Amino acid sequence: MMDAGRHPNIKLMTYSEVEEVSGYVGNFRVKVRQKPRYVDMDLCTGCGACVEACVFKKGVPNEFDEGLSRRKGIYVPMNGQGVPMKAVVDEDACLYLKRGKCVQKCQEVCPTQAIDFDQTESFVEVEVGSIVVATGFDKFDPGRLSAFGWGKSPNIIDGLQFERLSSATGPTGGEILTSDGKKPQRVAIIHCVGSRDANANAYCSRVCCMYALKHAHLVHDKAGAEVFEFYMDIRAFGKGYEEFYERVQAEGVYFVRGRGAEVVVLDDGQLRVKAEDTNLGVAVSLDVDMVVLATAMEPQRDADRVASLFGLSRSADGFFQEAHPKLRPFHTNTDGVFLAGACQSPKDVPDAVAHANAAAAEALVILDRGEVTISPTTAVVDENLCSACKTCLSLCPYSAISFVARNGSGVAEINEALCKGCGTCAAACPAGAITARHFSDQQILAELEGLFRASGTLVPGSG
Amino acid sequence: MSDNSFEPRIVGFLCNWCTYTAADSAGVGRMEQPPNVDIIRVMCSGRIEPAFILKAFARGADGVIVSGCHPPGDCHYSDGNFKTFRRMPLLEALLQQCGIESGRFHWGWISGAEAVKWAQLVRDFTAQVRELGPLNWQRELDSKEE
Repeated sequence: MMDAGRHPNIKLMTYSEVEEVSGYVGNFRVKVRQKPRYVDMDLCTGCGACVEACVFKKGVPNEFDEGLSRRKGIYVPMNGQGVPMKAVVDEDACLYLKRGKCVQKCQEVCPTQAIDFDQTESFVEVEVGSIVVATGFDKFDPGRLSAFGWGKSPNIIDGLQFERLSSATGPTGGEILTSDGKKPQRVAIIHCVGSRDANANAYCSRVCCMYALKHAHLVHDKAGAEVFEFYMDIRAFGKGYEEFYERVQAEGVYFVRGRGAEVVVLDDGQLRVKAEDTNLGVAVSLDVDMVVLATAMEPQRDADRVASLFGLSRSADGFFQEAHPKLRPFHTNTDGVFLAGACQSPKDVPDAVAHANAAAAEALVILDRGEVTISPTTAVVDENLCSACKTCLSLCPYSAISFVARNGSGVAEINEALCKGCGTCAAACPAGAITARHFSDQQILAELEGLFRASGTLVPGSG
Repeated sequence: MSDNSFEPRIVGFLCNWCTYTAADSAGVGRMEQPPNVDIIRVMCSGRIEPAFILKAFARGADGVIVSGCHPPGDCHYSDGNFKTFRRMPLLEALLQQCGIESGRFHWGWISGAEAVKWAQLVRDFTAQVRELGPLNWQRELDSKEE
């Protein structure tokens, strides 16, 4: 990420959103809304003095720590390590912006006078040749499945929250601790929460088995606790994955082959996990100090909006649809727009990197080549047949048809560069003057004849 | 009324981006379908002229399917399917006036992600047309002239 931030050919527009996209491959115009940071990016050094000085001590949940810690109204993203490493004011949290009342200690202590509460949002238009959509994924909300007791105990956490516990930059400095600051003695990890579930998402989220194994290993290693994995299948499909699974088993992690069915919070705060051990054919019940839910990867909540902005389709599972699931997994049906990473489907880091590299390569090919190969299936008007009825003009979704003064009363003319070849005009022309190249009337009728000849059912005299 | 050895010949006019993709996926997914449907691919359901369907029946089709992307938002060409949406009901009325039973013509929308729906349509529609028997338009006309 730091490399991307420093590369001379890469311009990072953070705290920005795409508002509008127009144009076509090689010539897109993208309108971007830049939200006000209230911090001058050229002056800010990311020193964090403002964060220390901010008087909003209570703060708001820190989204980088998945809600496990809090941050103030002004902050340097990613717990001080974001790219770019500059402060930003959250206008929904800042006391000055929300209530107009604050001594603004942040401005006082800033060594470079970088804080500027007069900033407003601005719009920028960029011209680009190709677009890569890499908008990522969102977490499944376990609150949708009440059996897991989400929200009823601070020790029922999800996979990403566990990652923050385990991280040296996280709320516990990398120690695995329960909410009362003690090391857990027993931890349960429940697979497939929200995945492979008729009540949530039918699909498998692909990454959870492996990170659940990683978590088990970390709990064992850092807290010395007993770990129980409640699983349906272990999907260890990648390079070194199966070997890691073997290793975790050898470390003494317990594997219970049965879907974690219920988590009950007991009066003393312990958590009772109930499941069926399908290998033994018995119901089991286990009291633990911490439950980690391996939750599903889902499309981002605003996938609808992003899809219509960029002309993307969505698959049945809600992720952005690739042009072909096997042969073109990072192309879309819109020329010049590509998909990278989990926005197309759940995937782990190695797969996301490969996918993104491929999308980037395709995006660069367009720019490097300097010309675009367009489809030959465009439509063309035969001037001699055109009766100037103008029926076709309003039908074209791309406004590719114009009426030109020629041949007496004028004729319709189709712009080949704009024409996408849908054939609607050809179907509608009452005079039959428009030919949809490669899908002409003669060609389609010939296909029909061929079908019936082949099956021996051609009606004689029907030609 | 239906002949035991009769195998309906059905022609499907499918749009490339949605229904044709679904049919392709149904094939890749090895979904069970009877072999009675022959597919003619067009880029957009908006390309489909009513004349194609009439010609299909005339040439020997016992049933015809037209399918494209779901309106309002799915059409790869933005609103080609809106034109289809306008043309097909008129065509249905015309077909009935020509003496072609309404059960022989199916038009609808199947997206590229709905392979299961396509396979189900092929199964259901084939059974439906098999019940109706062969169309044999020419023979009907000839017999009336006698």
